[in-house]
Amino acid sequence: MKKTPLYEEHVALGGRIVDFGGWALPVQYSGILEEHLTVRKTAGLFDVSHMGEFLLEGEKATEYLQHLLTNDFAQMPSGKVTYSPMCYPDGGVVDDLLVYKFDDRKYWLVVNASNTQKDWEWCNAQNEQGVVLTNLSDSVAEIALQGPAAQDILSKLTNTDLDALKFYHFDPRVEICGFRVLLSRTGYTGEDGFELYTDNENAVRLWRELMKAGQEWGIKPVGLGARDTLRFEAGMPLYGQELSTQINPLAAGLGSFVREDKPDYIGKSALVQIRSQGVKQKIVGFDMIDRGLARNHYEVFSKGSKIGFVTTGSYAPSLGKNMGMAFIDVAYATVGQEIEIMIRDKAVLAKVIKRPFYPNNYKK
Amino acid sequence: MIKVQEGLKYTNSHEWVRVEGQNAYIGVTDYAQHHLGDIVFVELPVPGDKVAKGEVISVVESVKAASDVYAPVSGTIMEINEELSDSPGMINEDAYEAWIAMVKLENDVELEELMDDADYETICKEG
Repeated sequence: MKKTPLYEEHVALGGRIVDFGGWALPVQYSGILEEHLTVRKTAGLFDVSHMGEFLLEGEKATEYLQHLLTNDFAQMPSGKVTYSPMCYPDGGVVDDLLVYKFDDRKYWLVVNASNTQKDWEWCNAQNEQGVVLTNLSDSVAEIALQGPAAQDILSKLTNTDLDALKFYHFDPRVEICGFRVLLSRTGYTGEDGFELYTDNENAVRLWRELMKAGQEWGIKPVGLGARDTLRFEAGMPLYGQELSTQINPLAAGLGSFVREDKPDYIGKSALVQIRSQGVKQKIVGFDMIDRGLARNHYEVFSKGSKIGFVTTGSYAPSLGKNMGMAFIDVAYATVGQEIEIMIRDKAVLAKVIKRPFYPNNYKK
Repeated sequence: MIKVQEGLKYTNSHEWVRVEGQNAYIGVTDYAQHHLGDIVFVELPVPGDKVAKGEVISVVESVKAASDVYAPVSGTIMEINEELSDSPGMINEDAYEAWIAMVKLENDVELEELMDDADYETICKEG
């Protein structure tokens, strides 16, 4: 298994290490519920160094992105972060990622860990613009500081005016306790927070300084378990569950990131057609009416016929309820619709509800 | 530290049994709750149902996983611990207090096939 530079920290902090797509990472430290609730209340610290980072440089960098991705980058200002799906010609999803713009000729792509190799090959194969691609994934560490106290904690370690760093913006050169960090106001929890990218060799000291600075707020290290429940409550998709080769961005409710008002790009004609015809199945949120806990891949029925499957099922710690997301026929995808989740060969009643389950607390 | 309570009977699959006359109270062990993590749901059996030793009588679910609970003995489900419906976390707090079901024993000989606390402790240490 691959180890992040923070592996020894996780072990020392009592992290329960699991194999996450080839990475040795903690699924939890003190417990998923406690870690989850701490992020909602004050702050939590996550090692997300397994994420992939690609540097792209060149005259035609913007043109390349316009061709590669479904979102529009023509008017994107430097210092901004933009979310986008990356699709195959048929509209299926290669991955979903973040684009960081340094200037017209320089960008970063931050991709899902489990897709890094596939994305790297895909991005290279599509490179008709002569852009120089560099895979930084093995030398860049990433730490996420998330929660309502995130800014208070971080401001103890830097002179940078954090109020000036708006949601989905970044500063490529912030000094945090003497280390140079790329700092963005982004995250995967539905809370305000930051993601810090730095060279591997700085990771341990940076992690420790953040833990120390957060002590008075009761900061906790947070594992993959709570990372998943937090993003789930915030209604965010996870590649491989709510987005896949079979679940296109329109079906996942990400239509605003699929632009028609820009020149041709990979997947455009398929997605334009799917949009005009309407999707056949889509992702919905649901809440269990009867007792039961839905899990990923469980089948969804309505009056005896199969209408789809569960993409994420979980207990929602902030809400104290069993909830889920499912990919179902659009005929049933209306709020209030009753559906049945097959749990151990028993149909258990649930109903379609709005996403996100937990309202976000971003600082705009 | 994983706790093993004296005076209980144990299975390989990490259930415990507390015998009071012909009544056998069944739960999952501290080892089981520790490995599952925060328990958020317990599917309880139906009172009156007959169960055979080795059958699934309950499912204990944590945030990340679902784990079957097997009947350590055969008999009829007489009572279930309804408190676990609203407070499944009681199993994390004290696994040996938070019984799941009480079974009226059918065959006392089955008890002799279960482990005592010393043997079970060895199993836990071996992981």
